[in-house]
Amino acid sequence: MTAQLMKGNVAIAEAAVRAGLQAYFGYPITPQTELLEHLAMRMVELDRVFVQAESEVAAINMVYGAACAGVRTMTSSSSPGVSLMQEGFSYIAASEIPCVIVDMMRGGPGLGNIQPSQGDYFQVTRSAGHGDYRPIVLGPASVQEAIDLTILAFDLADKYRHLVFVVGDGLIGQMMEPAVMPEMRPIRPHPDWAVDGAVGRPKRIITSLNLTTEGCEQANKRIQARLQIIRENEQRSAEYDTEDARILIIGYGTAGRVAQSSVKMARQMGLPVGLLRPITLWPFPEDRLRSLVDNGVEAILVVEMNAGQMIEDVRLVVGRDVPVELHGRMGGAVPLPDDIVEQVQEIAAQIGLTRASVV
Amino acid sequence: MEEAVIFAGFGGQGVLFSGQLLAHAAMAEGKYVTWIPSYGPEMRGGTANCTVVVSDEPIGSPLVSRYSVAVVFNNPSMLKYRSLVKPGGLLVVNTSIVEAVAERDDITVLSIPATSSASDLGEVKLANMIMCGAMLAARPVVSVDTLRSTLTAKLPGGKRHLLEVNLRAVEEGIALARGQFMPA
Repeated sequence: MTAQLMKGNVAIAEAAVRAGLQAYFGYPITPQTELLEHLAMRMVELDRVFVQAESEVAAINMVYGAACAGVRTMTSSSSPGVSLMQEGFSYIAASEIPCVIVDMMRGGPGLGNIQPSQGDYFQVTRSAGHGDYRPIVLGPASVQEAIDLTILAFDLADKYRHLVFVVGDGLIGQMMEPAVMPEMRPIRPHPDWAVDGAVGRPKRIITSLNLTTEGCEQANKRIQARLQIIRENEQRSAEYDTEDARILIIGYGTAGRVAQSSVKMARQMGLPVGLLRPITLWPFPEDRLRSLVDNGVEAILVVEMNAGQMIEDVRLVVGRDVPVELHGRMGGAVPLPDDIVEQVQEIAAQIGLTRASVV
Repeated sequence: MEEAVIFAGFGGQGVLFSGQLLAHAAMAEGKYVTWIPSYGPEMRGGTANCTVVVSDEPIGSPLVSRYSVAVVFNNPSMLKYRSLVKPGGLLVVNTSIVEAVAERDDITVLSIPATSSASDLGEVKLANMIMCGAMLAARPVVSVDTLRSTLTAKLPGGKRHLLEVNLRAVEEGIALARGQFMPA
C-alpha cells in the first residue's frame, strides 16, 4: 500500500470507515469539522448512517442508542462540544457499551479559541462525566498514528464494552503528512448483548438506571474490575533516546512530538535526555515510567499544552523520587523545541549535569 | 538534512497550494514531510500561511521558531518573517507587492516581481508558481523535475487546462532567480 498525503481529521474519518463504522452522529466545530465533512460524503456513499445532529447533546445520545443496538458508532467534537456530551458519556459507561469519541481539543476554558490545546486531559482521563469510571484515552502524535489508534479505539471499545477517546488538537487535525490507510474491514456482526429485536430469543435490557444500592454497587464493582484489567494490559507509550537518559521529557500528542525535536537538539549538546510519549493517556503508562525512574532518570520535565494536568499522573507514579517540572503553554499556544531545550538546560544545571560530566 | 519552509501571503494568492505542492513533491521523493496551515478566524483577503518541513529523517516538531526558507507574498508577511530566516537561509520576496526590504546580509534574498510577471503570463494567480520556481532554483528542497511531475499529477481537475501555463510560470520563476543568483 502506498502512502498518501492526508490531513489528520480526514485520516481519522477514513480510518473509522475502514474500521467498520456503521453510524456517525456529530455536530460541526472547529478544528475537527473536516472529519464530519469527510464522513458526510463517505458514509452516504457506502449506504451507512451519517447524522448531523441538532446539538452535541443530541449527537452523544444518538451514539448511545446506536451502540445499544449493536453497531459500531462514534462521534467527534472539540473541547466545548465534548463538555456538552458529558451526561451521555456517563450513561454509556454505566450501560457498558462500546463507542468511540474523537476530541480535537482547542484553547479554553470556555469558548476559548480554535488553536491547539491539551486542556481536556482532566476532562477525558478522569470520568468524562459523573460517576466512577475512566474512559480509555488514546493520544496520537502523527497522522499515521491517528489512523492506527482510531482502528485500535474501535477494537478496544468492543473488547471492553467501554468508551474510548481519541484525543488530538488542531495541529494533528489540520496537519498533512504521508500516511498509509489500512484495507476496508467487513462490518462486524451485532454483539450478543445488543438490543436489536427480540423475536425468537429472550429479551435483553440495557440501562444505566440501577435503583438498588446492592445492584448499583455490584455494577460499579464490575466496571472497576474491568478497568483494572485495562490498566494492567493496555498501557502504551513510545520512547526516544531513553536508554541512558538522566533527564526524561514526558509529553503526549503534539507536545510529545515537539519534544522529540528538543531531545534531538539536547543530545547534540551532549545532554543525556530522552522522551517518554504516552500513547494511552488512560491507562497512563505508569509501569514504563516507574522502570525508567528506577533505571537512572534523575529529573523529569513534563511538556503539556495546559497549566499542568498530566503532570499529576506523573507525580502519582514517581512521588518525590525525582524532581518533576512543567513546561506548559496555554490558550492555544504550542511549545517550541528551543524553549523546551532551554528549560532542559536549566534542569541539567540544577542536577549537576554539565556537558563535560556526560561526554 | 531538514528544511523548514514557510509560505506566507494573502488568502487567495495560492500560498497554501504552494505548500501542498512542495509537500507532495517531497513525498514523491521519498522524504518525510509535514504541512501545516495557519488556521484561524480568517476571512477572504486575510493572511494565510503554511509551514512545510522536509527531512531525510522522521520529523519531530512540525512547527519551528526559525525557517531555512521563507517565501513571502505580501508586505505583512515580509515584516513578520524576514527576521525569522536562519542565517544562510533563503528569503524569496514578491517585490510586485512587498515594499519593505529584507535588512539582512546573512541570507540569500531573491527579489521576484511575481505578481506582475504572472500578469504578463496572462493570469495573476500564477504568482505562486513563479515563487516556487524561484525558490527551487536557489534552494533545491526538492528537484524542479519532481515539482513539474507533481504539478502535472496534482493540479485540480477543473484547472487541468492551466497546466501548461503553470509549468511556464515555474520556468519563469527559475529564470528570474537565475538572473540574481547562481547556485554554488
